[in-house]
Amino acid sequence: MSITIIGAGLAGLSAALTLAEQGFASNLVSAQASERAQSVMAEGGINACLNTMDEDDTVENHFEDTMRGGVYLADPNAVQGLCTHAPEIVRKFYALGVPFPTNENGIIQRNFGGQKKKRTAFVKSSTGKMLMTALIDEVRKYEAKGLVTRYPHHRLVSLAIHENKCSGAVIIDTYSRQRTVLSGGVILASGGMSGLFDGLTTGTTQNTAETAALCLEQGVALANLEFIQYHPTTIGISGKRLLISEAARGEGGRLFVRRNGTPWYFMEEKYPELKNLMPRDVVSAEMVTVTAMSDCEKQVYLDMTGIDKTVWKSRLSDLREQCIHYLDIDPVKQPIPVSPGIHYFMGGIWVDEQHRTSAKYLYAAGEGACQYHGANRLGGNSLLGAVYGGQTAARTVISEMNPSLRATDDDVAYTEVSPRFRAAVSAVLGKYLKILREETELREAIRVLQELQPQNDAEERLLRLAEATAKSALFRTESRGAHRRTDYPETDASWQQQTVVILRDNELCITRRKLPERRTS
Amino acid sequence: MKLIIEILRQRDSASEPYRQKISYEAPPEDTVATLLSKLNREQELTDMTGKPVGRIEWQCSCLQKKCGSCAMRVNGVPRLACDTKLSECKSGKLLLEPLRKFPTVCDLVVDRSVMMTHLLSIHNWLEQSAHHTGKALELCYDASRCLQCGCCLEVCPNFFAEGDFYGAAAFVPASRVLSQLRREQPQDLSEFYRRNVYNGCGKSLSCRDICPAGIDIEQKLATSNAVAVWKRYFKK
Ligand SMILES: Cc1cc2nc3c(=O)[nH]c(=O)nc-3n(C[C@H](O)[C@H](O)[C@H](O)COP(=O)(O)OP(=O)(O)OC[C@H]3O[C@@H](n4cnc5c(N)ncnc54)[C@H](O)[C@@H]3O)c2cc1C
Ligand code: SF4
Ligand code: SF4
Ligand code: FES
Repeated sequence: MSITIIGAGLAGLSAALTLAEQGFASNLVSAQASERAQSVMAEGGINACLNTMDEDDTVENHFEDTMRGGVYLADPNAVQGLCTHAPEIVRKFYALGVPFPTNENGIIQRNFGGQKKKRTAFVKSSTGKMLMTALIDEVRKYEAKGLVTRYPHHRLVSLAIHENKCSGAVIIDTYSRQRTVLSGGVILASGGMSGLFDGLTTGTTQNTAETAALCLEQGVALANLEFIQYHPTTIGISGKRLLISEAARGEGGRLFVRRNGTPWYFMEEKYPELKNLMPRDVVSAEMVTVTAMSDCEKQVYLDMTGIDKTVWKSRLSDLREQCIHYLDIDPVKQPIPVSPGIHYFMGGIWVDEQHRTSAKYLYAAGEGACQYHGANRLGGNSLLGAVYGGQTAARTVISEMNPSLRATDDDVAYTEVSPRFRAAVSAVLGKYLKILREETELREAIRVLQELQPQNDAEERLLRLAEATAKSALFRTESRGAHRRTDYPETDASWQQQTVVILRDNELCITRRKLPERRTS
Repeated sequence: MKLIIEILRQRDSASEPYRQKISYEAPPEDTVATLLSKLNREQELTDMTGKPVGRIEWQCSCLQKKCGSCAMRVNGVPRLACDTKLSECKSGKLLLEPLRKFPTVCDLVVDRSVMMTHLLSIHNWLEQSAHHTGKALELCYDASRCLQCGCCLEVCPNFFAEGDFYGAAAFVPASRVLSQLRREQPQDLSEFYRRNVYNGCGKSLSCRDICPAGIDIEQKLATSNAVAVWKRYFKK
């Protein structure tokens, strides 16, 4: 019997590798090859307290920064596990061949947003691609041994869930249209919900949000859907938002807006400690605020002209090429215009510390799962979360292995969301789920969504997920991290709880859920 | 700008391909990828004979030349659709075809699974932990950037999907692994490399200038040969 993993990005590969290393077989299902997963796009780096930069960094510092960055909406015990295991994860990637630059203490680390120490390991601005290449090669070793069976170009059709117990998954070959039923536990690792914001995110078109939509329909709980990260520095290019990595600010880039004609480095003035490296939710909201001021221009610039020549060469050469290619601006010589864009989904499939979902024998990891990042994710923590989450899910599966699980094909027809319908849903969410939100607009979003006319099951599901997202944002009457309500501007201690949404009797049921206390041991 | 778009279409692997011409107006700064997305969002698009166009199947993922998904032939040249601006098409005639070296699945989608099968069959992985050397650092970075897009194979005179020569899409990733081996710890990869790459490569370097990732392909070939064939391992 094999475990089925849906998604072959960093989280899926890491789950498959952990299983294989322990001698357990898995089916690794993905819509496209691993080389095309969003994980290859990750740029700035991966966090771990390696303490190589003579700054006395500790795991506890990493824990605190992550919790504070997420405005205390993450499971502290899960975050503790994440930060504790981070150093061994990064060292393992080095052993697998990731060409991290080193100094006499070990792997070199850079500054990143929301962190007080240099804690982000990187390979230029192509960290995700480097991790993926090494991991794909390592998993290949186990493919040859028959422990990992790839199902490339396959999509998830449905989960075999009965009485809240998952016994497998039905998948379809998008090339031949042939269906396959896979029995056994299932790990969902199919990435973030970019498909709700078509053309408006920095991510991939491959992550269609179908998995989350299917979970919702099949009675699996989702959480914190309202927490959508706007990255402060993106630019519009043909068909999407292009990320300008936080590494730009980590290496010394500064944000300014022209106020009465002269550059105002507003982040430095307002936040003298972390300056331009405040967490992303704070920077993006400040950008909205300053560009709305009457004496300021509407455009914020990222000024990298002060960065040292050697840093450009050894650490940012790819980022420089990107600016020249897409903007026709050499950032060494001239500031570049930037604005916030949708970048990451903190919410997703609800999981516990062990990565169990609300259904038995169904697990989730990676960006698609709601874990580690609370109300706002720190840069560099999601590559880490994807790897560690995949590993943890795999270990849990092993401990709960049930060889008697048998799935059958429920013969649900496979349908797809049409590009037009996706564009219509995205237009509504993009318009109303902004950096700053308020009740009348959120109500309007829900009303407009309810007027859309889905033509098949997939469209109906996507619409329901969109509605659940807007309703979650309406439900949370406070401001915290990436969820900012102009009508409820304060953070409310009684809201230090997750927003959980589940479908009951065909109705979206939204509740709050308390977070676990931090264990003292 | 006004475009006459000609697309080589095919319903499925068993059907006959046919050519379809569409007249369409699009901004020159759009990429071919954006154009295809727009065409697919049109409600009642018809071709130049008045027939409905229907959904044009093609593949993409990152839309920023980082994943290799959208490789296709644009005016006869293998390229990434997301990295090809319409403004490059001066004549206003745009010919889109699927890559020819791989079996067509439908329209512009081809099955490139054979590329992964090749890397599996040459054992492209490290048996021991990586031997990092300062000299190979940049090379490993560059080699690790390979998108597995297949553009290099499309132009290679010696590569055929069913053949036993695997081309640059194999030697570029292999150079990363080979450069991280120690002399005391050789691997099967060297032997398979010789069999499936070294022996079949004509070194014509038709593949050199086509790589959309801008990888220095010639250097990767030289490195792979040096380690796998001439046993010149990297030293600290
Ligand atoms: C431009 C950019 C830069 C980033 N930079 C950083 C960074 O520097 N540091 C950091 O920590 N994080 C970064 N991130 C975030 C990080 O890349 C992601 O959160 C992380 O890679 C997610 O990994 P994953 O394995 O969960 O998902 P993904 O890598 O997105 O993989 C999802 C997998 O699921 C498959 N899939 C999707 N839907 C289906 C379906 N219905 N059926 C079957 N398969 C399906 C896909 O084919 C794919 O294989 C960045 C993100 C972007 C977009
Ligand atoms: S050098 Fe010539 S034969 Fe060798 S891979 Fe390149 S194109 Fe093919
Ligand atoms: S070497 Fe270049 S052209 Fe060949 S597959 Fe890799 S990225 Fe594509
Ligand atoms: S869509 Fe990724 S390279 Fe074009």
